[in-house]
Amino acid sequence: MIEVLSTFALNTVQDLGRFGSRHLGVSTSGVMDPLALTVGNILLGNADDAAGIEIQTFPFELRFQVDTAFAVTGADCTATLDGRLLPPWWTAPAKAGQVLKLNPPMRGARSYLTLAGGVDVPVILGSRSTHLRSEFGGFLGRALAKGDVVGTADGAGGPARTRPDAFGVEPAEIALPPGAPGEAEPSDDALPVRVLRAGEYELFPQEARQRFWSTAWKITHQSDRAGYRLGGEPLKLASRVEMRSYGIVAGVVQVPPSGEPIIQLSDANTAGGYPKIAGVVEADLWRLAQARIGSSIRFVDTSYDDAVAAMAPVNAYLAQIRRMVELYRQRPR
Amino acid sequence: MSLDLTIAAAADEAPPAPAEELPKLSNIGTRALILEAPGAFDLLQQRRILALADEVATWPGVAEVVPGVTNLMVIFAEPPRDLQACRRALAEAWRRLPPKPLASRVIEIPVIYGGELGSDLAAVCAYSGQLREEVIRIHSSGTYTVCCLGSSPGFGYLHGLDPKIFMPRKTVPSLRMLAGTVTIGGMQAGVSVSTGPNGWNAIGFTAVSMFDLARDTPALLAPGDIVRFTVERVEP
Repeated sequence: MIEVLSTFALNTVQDLGRFGSRHLGVSTSGVMDPLALTVGNILLGNADDAAGIEIQTFPFELRFQVDTAFAVTGADCTATLDGRLLPPWWTAPAKAGQVLKLNPPMRGARSYLTLAGGVDVPVILGSRSTHLRSEFGGFLGRALAKGDVVGTADGAGGPARTRPDAFGVEPAEIALPPGAPGEAEPSDDALPVRVLRAGEYELFPQEARQRFWSTAWKITHQSDRAGYRLGGEPLKLASRVEMRSYGIVAGVVQVPPSGEPIIQLSDANTAGGYPKIAGVVEADLWRLAQARIGSSIRFVDTSYDDAVAAMAPVNAYLAQIRRMVELYRQRPR
Repeated sequence: MSLDLTIAAAADEAPPAPAEELPKLSNIGTRALILEAPGAFDLLQQRRILALADEVATWPGVAEVVPGVTNLMVIFAEPPRDLQACRRALAEAWRRLPPKPLASRVIEIPVIYGGELGSDLAAVCAYSGQLREEVIRIHSSGTYTVCCLGSSPGFGYLHGLDPKIFMPRKTVPSLRMLAGTVTIGGMQAGVSVSTGPNGWNAIGFTAVSMFDLARDTPALLAPGDIVRFTVERVEP
């Protein structure tokens, strides 16, 4: 169990997402950066889909009420345990009464706190994720607040299970640099985001298509877990296209009548009607989740085969971490 | 020999296949395929979409099927190795499957028309050139079919609004429309399911909950259901 000592808005309990209920109109919710949550869970020996806490506003401070273990992954938030600095992507045991503080990261947007056994909140429609708009799931259907006591599924939380010592892994942003392997370094600060062309791509005039690729799109302040609204010279269709409502998945890039693209993300509605120009490849979604408001991204035209192959380094990274954690756990103590 | 003859005879008797426009297939990323039915927004195409959804949901490797308005999104557990084969299989099933029979379920939704919670009723009257009583009569005498659920939990896309009371969505959305607001958005009727900003036109209110996690089946509506709005009362 942990007690939240201080927090700002929009820090929520999330797992990998509420899949299987889109046909009821229930959006998936779930972490924005699934890679960071998964690694946090692996470090603790949790199931991959155990729930953690997604921290988007800092500082976030908590006190452990029992002896347990935790991990902090995602954006490096110079976490401290009783004032002692922890390295990024690190797991450590904690004693009852110790205070963990997550500070504003210099890079990246979201940090993840995972706890031994996972956050224990009721499973609703197959998931523990918070559905903020509908006020269900997660911790009482809302963002965490000061004074909340969050349980874990770690039994008594005592040292019954063998705990590994404190250790860490290579953060994803270092192990998996952006862009395809062998690709030229980007010429500016814009984060390259690989996409597949989507259904209405061909309807855009040649000039708009070219600008879709060449523009460094700015992630505007109207961006959140539901989606990123991008800023840049608008992309206009030759004539307005009426779409009937169709299913949305995280990463779909739509172009509303204003012409400035929107990337739909974890809290997006399940259906939408704007023309879709592209879809972000799965391997780059976690990276997009760490892109900050005010920074820029550039879309990279990607083939289906390359998009599928892009998951291989991600899977290899996870496999390597699993092996390493296994070794740590078997180490004689 | 007789078998061949049978086939030949059957082929002779079979009516010529009507030349139908092909569905449009496209993908979103590597794990989602969308099939869009050709032609107008009509109930027959929607019933074919629902039949396709039922079948595709049983295919190995399919994680989720999400019917939209005359389209179907299929989400795979892993990126299909042979995308073209998947597209062909979807198109083939679309051609082959008969439309899903409509459910016999009729759901009545009692509506308080007008008043503060139906504040756009006057605008609908003005736009349609119909009297208030007439707009209410038209809306409450219609038979609506649930095409699919989507957008927000339990929200049903309803087919069957009388064109006489079509009303474009508002350019400036209402900032805080209550859940349960009975609405018209373009050529569709609806009932809002969550309180928040909404661009559809409010003509009334219902106390019926469209989505309730305490129920065994949280969503009140299901695709294929028939919906009727009844007049609970009319407020000035």
